[in-house]
Amino acid sequence: METILALIPALPLFSFLILVIFGGKLSRKSASWIGAGSVGIAALLTVVIGINLIHSLPGIKSYSVVLWQWIHAGNLSANIAFSFDSLSLVFCFVITFVGLLIHIYSIGFMAKDEGFTRFFAYMNLFVSSMLILVLADNILLMYLGWEGVGLCSYLLIGFWYKEPVNGTAARKAFIITRIGDTAMIIGIFILFVSFGTFNIQDLMHLASAKWAVGSSLAVITAALLLGGALGKSAQLPLQTWLPDAMAGPSPVSALIHAATMVTAGVYLIARTNVLFSLAPIVQTIIAIIGALTLLIAGFSALAQHDLKRILAYSTISQIGYMFLALGVGAYSGAIFHFMIHAFFKALLFLAAGVVIQVLNEEHDIFKMGGLRKRMPVVFLTFLIGSASLSALPLVTAGFYSKDAILWFAFSSNSGGMILWLAGIVGAFLTALYSFRMIFITFYGEVKTEPAFNAGKLMTIPLIILAVLSVIGGFIELPGSMGNVHLFSGLVNNTLPELVLKNVEHLEWIFQLVSSGIALSGIYLAYLFYYKKPEFIETFNHSRLNHFFEKGFEFDNLYNVVFVKPVVWFAEIDKKDIFDQLNISIANLSLLGNRFLSVAQNGKLRWYLLSFAIGIALILTLMINR
Amino acid sequence: MDVFFYIAAAIAIISTIMAISGRNAIHSLLFLILSLLAISVVFYLLDAPFIAALEVIIYAGAIMVLFIFVTMMLNIGLEKKQERRWLNPRMWIIPSILAIILFVDLMLALKNMPAATVGNQVILPKQVGISLFTTYLLAVEIAAILLMAGVIGAYHLGSQKKKVLHRFLVKK
Amino acid sequence: MLTVPVETQILFAGILFFLGLTGLLVRRNLVFMLMSIEIMFNSAGLVFIIAAKHWNQPDGQVMFIFILAVTAVEVAIGLALILQVYHHFKTLDVDAINKLKDDN
Repeated sequence: METILALIPALPLFSFLILVIFGGKLSRKSASWIGAGSVGIAALLTVVIGINLIHSLPGIKSYSVVLWQWIHAGNLSANIAFSFDSLSLVFCFVITFVGLLIHIYSIGFMAKDEGFTRFFAYMNLFVSSMLILVLADNILLMYLGWEGVGLCSYLLIGFWYKEPVNGTAARKAFIITRIGDTAMIIGIFILFVSFGTFNIQDLMHLASAKWAVGSSLAVITAALLLGGALGKSAQLPLQTWLPDAMAGPSPVSALIHAATMVTAGVYLIARTNVLFSLAPIVQTIIAIIGALTLLIAGFSALAQHDLKRILAYSTISQIGYMFLALGVGAYSGAIFHFMIHAFFKALLFLAAGVVIQVLNEEHDIFKMGGLRKRMPVVFLTFLIGSASLSALPLVTAGFYSKDAILWFAFSSNSGGMILWLAGIVGAFLTALYSFRMIFITFYGEVKTEPAFNAGKLMTIPLIILAVLSVIGGFIELPGSMGNVHLFSGLVNNTLPELVLKNVEHLEWIFQLVSSGIALSGIYLAYLFYYKKPEFIETFNHSRLNHFFEKGFEFDNLYNVVFVKPVVWFAEIDKKDIFDQLNISIANLSLLGNRFLSVAQNGKLRWYLLSFAIGIALILTLMINR
Repeated sequence: MDVFFYIAAAIAIISTIMAISGRNAIHSLLFLILSLLAISVVFYLLDAPFIAALEVIIYAGAIMVLFIFVTMMLNIGLEKKQERRWLNPRMWIIPSILAIILFVDLMLALKNMPAATVGNQVILPKQVGISLFTTYLLAVEIAAILLMAGVIGAYHLGSQKKKVLHRFLVKK
Repeated sequence: MLTVPVETQILFAGILFFLGLTGLLVRRNLVFMLMSIEIMFNSAGLVFIIAAKHWNQPDGQVMFIFILAVTAVEVAIGLALILQVYHHFKTLDVDAINKLKDDN
């Protein structure tokens, strides 16, 4: 069991090394086999070890393996050690399985690209880093994986590096997540200084033993770790990088910016949930941030023109839901939504990738249309994905996961009406913008003709993900609809159970309301964007629309507050005072040289005079002694 | 006997002063020869007759003649005007001051020495010869080699490859 | 027998030496500078003879002979060099020979 566990992150890492070292000499076929194959084997191994774990529950809660000692300096020691419990199982399953489907899709998507091998190398490195992140036994190793996924995100967003705008987007992503990473590493420092260990389980035990609820250290540490999570998961105020990150290829957006990397923050908070229960104020802040983000992103998605940007804002919004769930203590709800979201968001991004590639890199939805008849398979899968995103009642997995969050937002001990209202408005917006996307892109007249048909390598993963987006929800049914709790039962072996208020009987009302909201959202989208577009003509050209489209002008805000002062200061320091300091030292020596070389005038009599003066001086001094 | 010493010393000093401040090269050299002769007298008074003879023969007779040859070859003496310009009295100030300082130092140094008496034995040339060829034999050999090196060096350095016309013969 | 005190004798040699030094510093003509050096050599030899008389040993006179030899060689070489300088620079002004000047 230990070897299998160690192999899961190791296999993609080996394949990365092979692709990097021998990449130039490998054929596309072998590169795709190595690249996708390593993730496939990792998925298989995850399934094997997962089944083993499920059978051993609740006796054995986790498997662990220590590979070797990484750092040992004084009393600071960290090992390369992995531990696998039910939380890791869910994440590994999603990462490897969805990752495998995306890799297979990429073989078709990147077939004509010249950086084929490099792509798979980076993707494998990413999968390996993400697996290290979720399997890490100590927080330092998790930080290693954290940084690794940040690096791969940078490499993959800027994959088509010949376009400068891609490089800018990649740098923006890296820098903004860096801000979060810095907060996180300070939090790790505080944890180490307080408890002397990096092991996560030990840290959690020691924290709950030594820190009182609401103590300032707990609050500070939790807030710093939250900062790290905010950066990686693109929540307020560090959410501006994700829409620009759509400059990368669509499989990258699907894997990194929908299914896995952006959920690293969710994983972090779930993993260190003890810390957050010790700092209730931080948990409330998480819920508030989640609620605000999902609203802001929802409104912004409503006004976008670029297909992938709609999906990017949608991702920010859905992760806002996950943060909302984490904030009220509904850990299993958040993780469940993570899994379902991974399925349908990856599906949406992959399908969007097909559409964009088939229409010759056309991103603007207003230049698309009528693709329903031209690409039926893609249309159907896209429809299923959007339906799941909008939480179409009863038939889609998204309904069960999102509905659970909405219910917990109200009924949990730390939840309330306001959070639920925010979630409901968000759900309405979600349905509105996702079906806006569908109606504008796939209905109406054909504005751009598809150039070719997508191959099987690209459509089969779409179909598989579509199926999962439908049936994935049936493992966790709410009380009023069958009371199946397979998922939460599994996850609650590692995460604390949610404490609900005594309002169980009201659950069906809330479900009805949320279903109604979703359906009305879909209907309004049909009305506004298909049947009678003139209703919202004025809105389309209004200032509000523009404000939404710019993502609530956050980029502008940061530009004015942070970028401009730094640039101003840099302009002042154009001559670089420290360099001037160094140059002035050199100039001083030159001055000395010019001053002293007067004595080197080549005249013999001058030298003789200096001899004589020297002799006179020395003799005088000697005499006087 | 002392008075001879003082007379010879005075002549030596005066003629040296004339030598270093003369503008005509040949005159300076001749004054220098006079100075050397006076010093030779001093040597004789110091009971070193052999050295006195050597001084006249080698120093005044060979080395100074060498100087005179070179002076005549390069026709230095004819440029009186240039020398006068170069030797304006202002140039003398600093070197004189330095020399005076050094002289004062020498006087002070000598004053602090314990009183000494003059020896009263005559050193015959025979003694010098024996000393040269027994104690200092090696040095004699080395001096011989040095002289040979000097001959070769002087020959080599003095040769010119290209023919340079005398400046009176060069057409301006 | 000479009863002049030794100090006076050495002072006399010293005067000659410093006269030579002055001449070296003042004159610009190379030949005159060499001549002043000769004066200095000579006065140094004089000191040796004085010392020989003072200590009653022949070593001082032997030293003077060696000084003489060295001086002869030095004058020969020096004059040969002066000839070369003259043919190269066409002048005997020592200030004209400043090719080793540091001119940056």
